[in-house]
Amino acid sequence: MADNNVSDVNADGMSVEDQKRRRFLTGITAGFGAVGVGVAVVPFVMTMSPSERAKNAGAPVQYDFSRIQEGQMVKVEWRGKPVVLLKRTSEMMAGLDAIKGSLADPDSVSSAQPSYAQNNQRADFGKPELLVMEGVCTHLGCSPVEKLAIGPDPQMGDDSQGGFFCPCHGSKFDLAGRVYKNVPATTNMAVPPYKFEGSVITIGEDDGRTA
Amino acid sequence: MAIHRHDNHKSANALMEWVDKRFPATKVWNEHLAEYMAAKNFNFWYFFGSLAILMLVVQIATGIFLTMHYKPDAELAFASVEYIMRDVPFGWLVRYLHAIGASMFFVVIYLHMFRGVIYGSHREPRELVWLIGCVIFVALMAEAFMGYLLPWGNMSYWGAQVILSLFDVIPFVGPALTEWIRGDFVISDATLNRFFAFHVILLPLILVALVFLHLVALHQVGSNNPDGIDIYDNVDDDGKPLDGVAFFPYIVIKDLIGVAAFLIVYLGVVFFWPDGGGVLLEKDNFAPANPLQTPPDIVPLWYFTPYYSILRASTTSLLFALQIITGVIVLWLWLRAKISLIAKVAFTGLAVCVFAGLVFGSGKAWGVILMAAAIVCFFLLPWLDRSPVLSVRYRSLPFKIALAFFLVAFFILGYLGMNAPTPGKTLLAQICTVVYFAFFALMPWFTSIGKTKPEPTRVTYEAH
Repeated sequence: MADNNVSDVNADGMSVEDQKRRRFLTGITAGFGAVGVGVAVVPFVMTMSPSERAKNAGAPVQYDFSRIQEGQMVKVEWRGKPVVLLKRTSEMMAGLDAIKGSLADPDSVSSAQPSYAQNNQRADFGKPELLVMEGVCTHLGCSPVEKLAIGPDPQMGDDSQGGFFCPCHGSKFDLAGRVYKNVPATTNMAVPPYKFEGSVITIGEDDGRTA
Repeated sequence: MAIHRHDNHKSANALMEWVDKRFPATKVWNEHLAEYMAAKNFNFWYFFGSLAILMLVVQIATGIFLTMHYKPDAELAFASVEYIMRDVPFGWLVRYLHAIGASMFFVVIYLHMFRGVIYGSHREPRELVWLIGCVIFVALMAEAFMGYLLPWGNMSYWGAQVILSLFDVIPFVGPALTEWIRGDFVISDATLNRFFAFHVILLPLILVALVFLHLVALHQVGSNNPDGIDIYDNVDDDGKPLDGVAFFPYIVIKDLIGVAAFLIVYLGVVFFWPDGGGVLLEKDNFAPANPLQTPPDIVPLWYFTPYYSILRASTTSLLFALQIITGVIVLWLWLRAKISLIAKVAFTGLAVCVFAGLVFGSGKAWGVILMAAAIVCFFLLPWLDRSPVLSVRYRSLPFKIALAFFLVAFFILGYLGMNAPTPGKTLLAQICTVVYFAFFALMPWFTSIGKTKPEPTRVTYEAH
């Protein structure tokens, strides 16, 4: 505006060429500065990841399951999560078929388990009565309460075949950890990898077996 | 070239003149206190801004003394809180002031926000004041959530477990993100330690900075008043509003009365009813954290329960109801809405996406989306509200009815969130969730219908 005669010179007396140069230098300085800040952020972000000590604490655990009575349930800790070991009775096993119609994912299609546990009892064919399962609700990670008795239950309903009830948000699971329809959780409780050596079960390791 | 910005502000004496040449002390004092004009008809609802600042100061002050004795270590944390309660002289008082203070802070903030809604303080030109305030609200929720883990009680532990699992539903990165936030495969010592860092350093700094911005934005546009009219429409010869009084000393003195009344309530709870019957200090938190034992009822503290209810209400039947509602909206769009064809097609496309999401998405993912949306709705208020008048005193009947419905739904959701879910309660929570969102979704409609009363030209005020 100030000087109409000299079109390629601005108010500061800088040529268009110089203006472009200044803009380029400003841009490239800011750009490299931003890259530097970005790189500097990485180590700080990384410090928040699980440490080596935390990773080591996630090692497999072993348990002698011959100590579990029929119909009895124990919890062992693996990676800080409760793992349920339940030796189911024959009535309990029969109940798994009875309630299939009220389950959201009866065939465990969209649920997490090793292939050897993707079946009606959600357990290894070698020991179908032994349920091995992370006792962690798939809704928001609470620990569901066991309702092992077959028969009417205030939370599980009048025709309960036994199961697990999550006290946090009311999700219901059967005695294979399969989730009922129309509750907050939508997938069955996860089955961790496990393997047997005699009467000892190792949780967290299955040597990559598929059956 | 010296710029004498302080020209308009006369320094009180030689010392202040020396200071003012180097630092705008008198200028800031005058602009923001002695000559900041606020309406003289401020009422009860206008106490809560000052009280929020008071609570921020109380929380920072008590927090500093708590950190002198607290140990952010999963092995020691619970015991160190008990140590503060039993062995530290007056430790019980400082800890109760802090723990009850968090609840009182939320009481004050909720009333402060409600004031904004009923008097239209979120409307033009105060949209940024409101938006910054909403960010403060979110930051305060994060601060409270992280602080709640620190006593390492069983409810602390499982509450954090539930809320952190919310991030799991984010597609692809969710589980990795959760692990990064926890710093472990489960909530552990690493989680406690970092929450301590966020709670005592990061979030307080953010909160103080945001409160500063909130006040800067407020003082740029001036305070609203219960009549929702601009006091600068009537000014005297000096340009001072006829209905305004200086913030200092008039409003400050008035607020001190509010502070006194508030302290009676706050300290009354601290001294005589510190657990609030299990609402302010939850019973399960008197036992140390146990990763293998979920408390029978996981309930967050009361100030989160409305949103928690919305989270829990999201089951298959709610999603089915939302599918029907989406369908009805599309139908209305094509039959009745007076908008262009392109807008209709665009909204229909959006509705189809939402519908598909409702059909194929899980109740869990939608619970998280709805809970987040419940908070995001507050941010949108300045643009959803189309009423020609600001204050509820002159608003039309439909607005008052809608607000009453919203309040009832909000309180019921809050109550339900404190209780174990049953089929009947879940249904009630689902109905209230629909009412909650309908309040925001229908606001452009119900604020633009009905007859508003004429606004006065001067504020309604009677000298005492």
